[in-house]
Amino acid sequence: MSAHEDWRRVRAIVWKDLTTEGRSKAGFNSVAALGVTILVLFGFALGPDAQALRDAAAGALWLAVLFAGVLAFNRSYQVELESGALEPLLLYPGARWTIFVGKLFANLIFVGLMLVIVTLVGIVLFQVTIPPSWPKLIAVLALGTIGLVSLGTFYAAMASRSRAREVLLPLLLFPMLVPVLLAAMQASKVLLNGDMMHEAGAWMSMLMAYDVIFVVAPLLAFEHVIEV
Amino acid sequence: MTQSVDTNPDLPKPGYWPWYGIFCFLFLIGSQASGLLLSVPDRDMGHLQKIMYVHVPAAWIMSLTFVVVLYYSFRYLWKQQENDDLVAASAAEVGAAFCGLTLVLGMIWGKPTWGVWWTWDARLTSTLVLFLIMVSYLALRAFIDDPHRRAQWSAAVGILGAINVPIVYMSVKWWRTLHQVQSMPSTVDPMYVINLRLNAFAFLFLMIYFIRRRYEAARFERAAELAVQAAALGRR
Amino acid sequence: MSVASRDQIAIDAVGVARRFGARWVLRGVDLQVRPGEMVGLLGANGSGKSTLLRILGTLLKPSAGGATIYGHDVVKSPDEVRRQIGFLAHTPGLYDDLTARENLQFAASMLGLENAKLDEALDRVGLGGVRNERVRGFSAGMQRRLSMARLLLRNARVLLLDEPYSNLDVAGISLMNELIGESVKGGGAALVVLHELAPAAAVLDRTVTIREGRIDEPDGAALDAANFAVAGEG
Repeated sequence: MSAHEDWRRVRAIVWKDLTTEGRSKAGFNSVAALGVTILVLFGFALGPDAQALRDAAAGALWLAVLFAGVLAFNRSYQVELESGALEPLLLYPGARWTIFVGKLFANLIFVGLMLVIVTLVGIVLFQVTIPPSWPKLIAVLALGTIGLVSLGTFYAAMASRSRAREVLLPLLLFPMLVPVLLAAMQASKVLLNGDMMHEAGAWMSMLMAYDVIFVVAPLLAFEHVIEV
Repeated sequence: MTQSVDTNPDLPKPGYWPWYGIFCFLFLIGSQASGLLLSVPDRDMGHLQKIMYVHVPAAWIMSLTFVVVLYYSFRYLWKQQENDDLVAASAAEVGAAFCGLTLVLGMIWGKPTWGVWWTWDARLTSTLVLFLIMVSYLALRAFIDDPHRRAQWSAAVGILGAINVPIVYMSVKWWRTLHQVQSMPSTVDPMYVINLRLNAFAFLFLMIYFIRRRYEAARFERAAELAVQAAALGRR
Repeated sequence: MSVASRDQIAIDAVGVARRFGARWVLRGVDLQVRPGEMVGLLGANGSGKSTLLRILGTLLKPSAGGATIYGHDVVKSPDEVRRQIGFLAHTPGLYDDLTARENLQFAASMLGLENAKLDEALDRVGLGGVRNERVRGFSAGMQRRLSMARLLLRNARVLLLDEPYSNLDVAGISLMNELIGESVKGGGAALVVLHELAPAAAVLDRTVTIREGRIDEPDGAALDAANFAVAGEG
């Protein structure tokens, strides 16, 4: 099947996932609300001291996105499982990786939008002053999101079809994401503090390497996972 | 055409493995005795330093089990033989045990050295993360009933987990070393190095023995599973 | 039976066996369906009818044996098989939050059909009036009709239908028969899992029954309602 055909299938899945999500806005709204709630709770845990809040802002933001994101990944397959739509999906001729890539893009948009909301709220709540190197900060957010969403989309394909999906997905996902979280948190933190030591660049290269590995590996493994 | 109901597949035979097991434990006793008795106590740490003869080999061999999981997971996806999946699972369990041992010994070492049971030391922390990855692999297996699906999925999870090992290690190392310098004993005593290697081999032999025995047990478990199902359905 | 080359036989299953755990659901099914034939597949609950259909439809792999669809092996070249078959499962497999037309639009895109006649298919199954309504509000029968419309999007050479008549009203049943009939007359073939013979009795060419994991009826057995009554009780 030609690349043109594959691309068309990817687009169809992105369109379908986002349309169904858009129609039932309750899904996105509640996931985003959960992200914001987690941020507020971190605020309580860290106390009202402005400097402590600012130091912990990056970590709190990433954990909020992580916890809320897990719900999004399971939802993405819930749509397929609800009325047995996965079978027709598997019966369309053509490569199965297009299903993964389609869901990956749809989840990237979903989690990306949530990230925007949570970040804006986080900037206000944690009294963050935006540094002059903010474009780099956005790049860190984007790179971290790619790693998170790629592995989340992959593991949810299994977890959502197993018993105890609520606990299995975070259990599988969180330890695997330690490098992403460390790199994204540290890079965000040093960028917020002005990046005197030029550490952010190294962390960003690590994020990029991680993203490449953990987009390609799930892409190759997806066919083995989805068909059984 | 007759299809035999396959309730008694050829089960693994012990063969020479019990003798190998005896050899393993004798070797281990020998290498440990050599470490405890023949090496000079460390200048700073004294006899405490001898915990390294278990801690360090356990950590090395634990990393090796990830390679075993990686190899047999790939092999399963390639050849689709259930036995490869069972070897991978056995290796993961043995790996988790060695990983746990590494962690506990690290903590015992940490208490007198740094005065705390836990420190976010780079090696200790990355070992903890690897332990969690092993545990999640085993949890996934526990949550899936269909053997084919379990094998297929855990192969994918095992491969991804093993790929992640060096990345986890590097990220945690960077996270720590950007702030503080490593403090590990820098003994240059040649006896120390020899004993470390000797014990590493002891643990390697032990790992192979454990994986083999766990694999045999897994095969018997599978056979029992099949027999129970056959008996239950046969009565109908 | 004359020995036709395998790519001229619509469905050719040889010794298909499938095990779930220690239980052999199928123990060696031999079944041939020739182009232009509509075959009913009967058997007690849990006899493996759906399992056989899913194996032929590439959704399950056989534990032993093999099958070809117009010469394409279901294990070795599943993608070729998927191009030949139209599969209707128990579940409608539709997206509740998409409209009837959008569901078809999605299927057409996934099938690579540039200008599928979506509205024509919807009119054909009697859903023209609700084409822009969401599937969530549809009755089970309407959902079944919509999955029929999805089958109509392309000319599948082999139809694999799992209890296609469930939830359909009288008009729906005759529509389904019409649809199958058209496909079969055009040189296609259909294998239909039935738990009730009545709706299809008029159009079936023959039936086969699965009992204890094998095909019970010799090839070409006559349609026999009494026989069905025995097989139908589980």
